[in-house]
Amino acid sequence: MAFDSVSALLEAAKDAGSLWRAVLADDCRDRGVPESESLERMEALWRAMVRSAADYDPRRRSASGLSGGQAAKVSALETPLCGAYMQRVIAAALAVAEQNACMGRIVAAPTAGASGVLPAVLLPLQEREALSDEAMVRCLYTAAGFGQVIAARASISGAEGGCQAEIGSASAMAAAALVQAKNGAPEQMAAACAMALQNVMGLVCDPVAGLVEEPCVKRNVMGAVNAMACADMALAGVGSAIPCDEVIDAMGAVGRLMPASLRETGQGGLAAAPAARAIGERTRRAGAEG
Amino acid sequence: MTIFDIMGPVMVGPSSSHTAGAVRIGRMARRLLGSQPVRADILLHGSFAATGAGHGTDRAIVAGLLGMAPDDERIPSSLWLAEGAGMAVTIRNGEIPGAHPNTALLAVTNTEERTLTVSASSLGGGRIRVNAIDGLEAAFSSQLPTLIIRNEDRPGMLSEVTRMLSDSGANIAAVQLYRDRRGGLAVMVIECDEPLPPALRATLSALDGVVRCTYIDMEEG
Repeated sequence: MAFDSVSALLEAAKDAGSLWRAVLADDCRDRGVPESESLERMEALWRAMVRSAADYDPRRRSASGLSGGQAAKVSALETPLCGAYMQRVIAAALAVAEQNACMGRIVAAPTAGASGVLPAVLLPLQEREALSDEAMVRCLYTAAGFGQVIAARASISGAEGGCQAEIGSASAMAAAALVQAKNGAPEQMAAACAMALQNVMGLVCDPVAGLVEEPCVKRNVMGAVNAMACADMALAGVGSAIPCDEVIDAMGAVGRLMPASLRETGQGGLAAAPAARAIGERTRRAGAEG
Repeated sequence: MTIFDIMGPVMVGPSSSHTAGAVRIGRMARRLLGSQPVRADILLHGSFAATGAGHGTDRAIVAGLLGMAPDDERIPSSLWLAEGAGMAVTIRNGEIPGAHPNTALLAVTNTEERTLTVSASSLGGGRIRVNAIDGLEAAFSSQLPTLIIRNEDRPGMLSEVTRMLSDSGANIAAVQLYRDRRGGLAVMVIECDEPLPPALRATLSALDGVVRCTYIDMEEG
């Protein structure tokens, strides 16, 4: 049985000794597989995530011409305001999200549109702190556990809950994963997850021309940076006044209140801007000709 | 929903519905035809038509027709690969009244000049649903091993088929029946809990009154 509340996840973590172990054990029970099968599958996802960033080709462009080459530009910036480490996080988020836009191979986490967030925060961290692949796999179990609760109580789909459900969920999962990477307590993971979701509450899904490119690629950056800030707050002992489950429920409720025009239909928000409409016209014509 | 519905799949972007799901629609048509088509005429409807070019929906469907999986890095070049493989492809946009926004209608032809039409929709997260085969309604998603039997509409066909299934120890999860008219052509869609042995599939195909029996067990999707 999948976890349907963070409080149940925290309870299970007490029994299992750690939160990622509770998620692993639950997966084995749920699918009737041995631990080795589950671990191998998650390791394969981690390797695919590493590749999704490593394969980045700055010359590649998307079919619409809107995406490509942006990560390379950020990497080339000489004195980034955010500092060298955050520069790498931003570049990694752009690289993977651009890979996705340019029909490269990525890991949906939890969706293709948000695929840049988790690799962006985990890859530079593994390199800086010389963490093992096993440690990164533990981070992915942690992220998946929180993601499962979000999917069960709210949504991870932009068409259902707006961008808060897509980039927001990825950011919340990444924040929890980062606390795991720093060996924080399960309660700190829950706080990081809650704060990350709070910060994006109400964010709409408004893809220009209906494509997973603008603003989606850049929102991956926001999701990654937000996750790092929330993980640091949680590790420092800053908590969320609202319990994580209640934050997730609020996000779900906000999603249900959103009009369809703000849920991945390419009708409202940025997608309704005159410049966005012009891009839509152009890509449709190109499609009809091609 | 397992944790691997949250983490993963590994796929070629940009969209699980418009790209990964579209690959699966192509694969499904290929499986239903029983071989790689030599000709494929693809009609895109709704959001597939409006944003398909930007999402690579056309290339994704053709990649599926070539037998590729959603994580195949050759998906972006599938149109050229189809040319090399001797598959003639046409793609156009159109309206299918009342269809789901992400729907494609495929007419695929094999070397024996047999043409099969398949209408299928991408429901989100890469999941797909077949709506109709050769114009006959037949709703299934292929998340379970599925038998699609086209037969003459006459008494006793269903009980004959289900008896053979139960004799082989197969447990049926769902059965759907469709027909164009009384005494005409009918379709049975039977979803089972376990994969079916090849011998049983052969016996079902040979059954009197069965026009065609297709079996889909898409482990990978």
